[in-house]
Amino acid sequence: MPTPFGPISGLRARFLQAAPAVDFCSIRLVEERTEVLSVRNDLVEPVVERVDAGAMITVVDGGGLGYAATSDLSPSGLSAAAARARDWARRTGGSSVMDFSSSIVRAPVGEYRTPVQEAWSQRSLTDKLDLLRAEVAAMAAPGDDRIVERTASLMRVASDSVYLTADGGEVVQELEILAPDAMVIAHAAGVTQRRGTGSRGLTRQGGLEVLGQVGFRGLGGRVREQVLELLAAADCPTGTMDLVLAPDQMMLQIHESIGHPLELDRILGDERNYAGTSFVTLDMFGSYRYGSELLNVTFDPGVQGELAAYGFDDDGSLAQREWLIKDGILLRPLGGASSQARAGMAGVGNSRACSWNRPPIDRMANLNVEAGNLSFAELIGGVERGVYMETNASWSIDDSRNKFQFGCEWARLIEDGKLGAVVRNPNYRGISATFWRNLAGVGDRSTVEVLGTPYCGKGEPNQVIRVGHASPACLFRGIDVFGGHS
Amino acid sequence: MSPSSSPLHRHFLMLAQALDERLGPAEDYTLWLHAEESDFVRFNHGKVRQPGSVSQRELSLRLIQGKRHASTELSLSGVAAEDLARVDSALARLRERVAQLPEDPLLLWETEGVSSVHLSPEALADGAEMTDAILEEAALDGGVDLVGILASGPIYSGFASSRGQRCWDERRSWLFDWCLYQQGDKAVKSSVGGTGWDRSLLAQRMAEARLALPILSRPARRLEPGRYRAWLTPSALGEVMGLLSWGAFSHRAQEARNTPLLSMLTQGRTMDPRVSLAEDLAGGLQPGFSHDGFARPERVPLIEAGALVGSLVSPRSSLEYSRAHNGASSEESPTSLNMKAGELAAGTELEALGTGLWISNLWYLNYSDRPAGRITGMTRFASCWVESGEVVAPAEVMRFDETVFHLLGEGLVAIGEQQSMMPDAGTYERRATASQRLPGILVDGMRFTL
Repeated sequence: MPTPFGPISGLRARFLQAAPAVDFCSIRLVEERTEVLSVRNDLVEPVVERVDAGAMITVVDGGGLGYAATSDLSPSGLSAAAARARDWARRTGGSSVMDFSSSIVRAPVGEYRTPVQEAWSQRSLTDKLDLLRAEVAAMAAPGDDRIVERTASLMRVASDSVYLTADGGEVVQELEILAPDAMVIAHAAGVTQRRGTGSRGLTRQGGLEVLGQVGFRGLGGRVREQVLELLAAADCPTGTMDLVLAPDQMMLQIHESIGHPLELDRILGDERNYAGTSFVTLDMFGSYRYGSELLNVTFDPGVQGELAAYGFDDDGSLAQREWLIKDGILLRPLGGASSQARAGMAGVGNSRACSWNRPPIDRMANLNVEAGNLSFAELIGGVERGVYMETNASWSIDDSRNKFQFGCEWARLIEDGKLGAVVRNPNYRGISATFWRNLAGVGDRSTVEVLGTPYCGKGEPNQVIRVGHASPACLFRGIDVFGGHS
Repeated sequence: MSPSSSPLHRHFLMLAQALDERLGPAEDYTLWLHAEESDFVRFNHGKVRQPGSVSQRELSLRLIQGKRHASTELSLSGVAAEDLARVDSALARLRERVAQLPEDPLLLWETEGVSSVHLSPEALADGAEMTDAILEEAALDGGVDLVGILASGPIYSGFASSRGQRCWDERRSWLFDWCLYQQGDKAVKSSVGGTGWDRSLLAQRMAEARLALPILSRPARRLEPGRYRAWLTPSALGEVMGLLSWGAFSHRAQEARNTPLLSMLTQGRTMDPRVSLAEDLAGGLQPGFSHDGFARPERVPLIEAGALVGSLVSPRSSLEYSRAHNGASSEESPTSLNMKAGELAAGTELEALGTGLWISNLWYLNYSDRPAGRITGMTRFASCWVESGEVVAPAEVMRFDETVFHLLGEGLVAIGEQQSMMPDAGTYERRATASQRLPGILVDGMRFTL
């Protein structure tokens, strides 16, 4: 089988030549090709392509684990890396947090490829820039100098990986990703507002067909209208009230206050020096009421098109759908093979690395809230006084993933079951452990959006990784809502 | 070339020379290299969690034809023939790309730059030796709950251009960023590092952290939301400055009115006259040249005596807004931020605080209203409740929601006389070389909300 690194047979031969005589040895080769096209204020921004390629060799020997990553893929480069990984494993085997030989995934075999309908290469560079120019031009309001900055961009990533183990494992995965993005900033009379797509929140796997799926064409005009509405709007009211969150804010809410707290490596303490710990403890799984009976959450790397779809994680574990929370009860953590061995409980296939130069750790993948049975009109209709919020603008949460404060770009009042005036600077705060118990309505499939972000940071050394979140709109009762300072 | 330059330096110069030979008429190039040979060792519960090494070399090649240009970033193998082939392939691809692109009126790069070489002479111990030392220190007195990351090894930066400019910066360093946990989420956070391995410094910092642990075993004090007097250590203030680095000093953000300092820009609002901030490259750890080959000034004043006096201007912004640039990166974020020290004597901070919150660390800051300069975030690690100048108990984590104009303006009581030099422990994609040099601040009436 051809790969960016040559035929698999040749790769295997090179790897086996480099692999030392140890309990376990693997190589993970990654080539990632990234292209970013941006137009800002009608000018094409500098065009950059990136080809990042290298390999990580991992060794388990005598209970210890070591890795070495290199961009030198020559036989001597791989041999040097393998020797370095072996030395780390042997040097630290007696002082490791666990016996890593208990978590080896033996000889995984399989492949995964993103289905692509319209390849990135099918359109010329000029066509793609013209598409961006059109959206940026639509953000302008002729004769109106309130619009001060307009940007649109496309980021395309093609990520190919080959994972081989000395005991015969062979996993090939090819991911194709498109990240459309747009933002407009307006300013008048001392007020600045912005409206866009969040932090590349429309990112999905797939080719240029993603543009149609996320409604990219026409976005420029929509965000122009909304940002001008925001300039003239009143500030979001302050008080305890009902809150309806659109999927593009639910994404952030799920990510920060369900995803991160359920990561098993955080629960086991690995992240305490950086990303933090978790209010969730091992004894909670199987019995803890995480949310109301309406809350159903799945880990599902099998959702085609969602950003973190894949077949195997970077330790070779098969990735498949699992229920994390069912009818509000916490069932299963987000932990890969080594965390599962340390905790003595089942997890998921989520041991992932951001690239060839970072080791796998427990990450979210596609983490989704399952649809309920209320239409959007029914969700709004169930609110006497509240606010409907769209698109994350600000996020902050404590290191145990409990006390949070989130802000959105755009909001509307809800009064007597109807959407009312647009309000600006909408924020809300709460505590994860109680927030989800206030979930009072879950939108049906018609309200679901498949979203994702390329920017989830965690780990030491630091890693930023892609995660997917699909969610319906949801209604929460009695939330602490407030506006801005201006 | 310096006689002590590394094989990678020679490799970089070879690639630049090859590009010189391959350029056509009316073509130019710039070349930027970042490389590192890093040992990363992760610790948890006083043991090793993940040890490893990373060898990476990233080359950024920009082809310029008049006002048209495009760039490719690629990984280098370090093997001459292989890398020459990659550069050839990239050059061919760039020629195709540039022909399809419009002219860029905001293109500005250094055409008359000065070459330079900076080599760090210190030898550095092997990461494995440092790991053994850390494990030994963690095991003393029955052991401590240590968690953190050791990052060590050389970092290389290079710039070259078709106009003959050659810049090289090579530094060896280690940084151990870590915590000792006492219970739950209560811990003493610290870091230690330098350009030469220093076992005694590690031992000293670990001993200091151990001494601070017992207070954290007391039952945590729960505070009600409200306004409290607070001492922000340099680390805590560093988190505030880290957030402000996200748009406050960027000239582009200021022109777009998308800055938390909007009222300083448009209404002449000021901070306390004791507040002065500057981008201070001379006191930092970054190379003295930019990705575009420009020499970076040693000091760029940003806030002087409470007034906004400057911004970080990239070459693109300089053309767009008709301002002189100051070698800032395209992000226009400070990389070596320095806040002028104040008058509060070291060792008297608790007494000056009196009754209030000692904030050792803040965490996860973000804007709750960016144009208003209003920010939110959490206390973390060894933040404690203090009464009459005595530490009473650790405090449960609290959320603050406050404007920078209160923290550095009307609420500012005092600024510490001692600055701390804090290297950035970040390792996203590559080891960071940014740093901050900051004092602590004493604030009255800081608002906590949750």
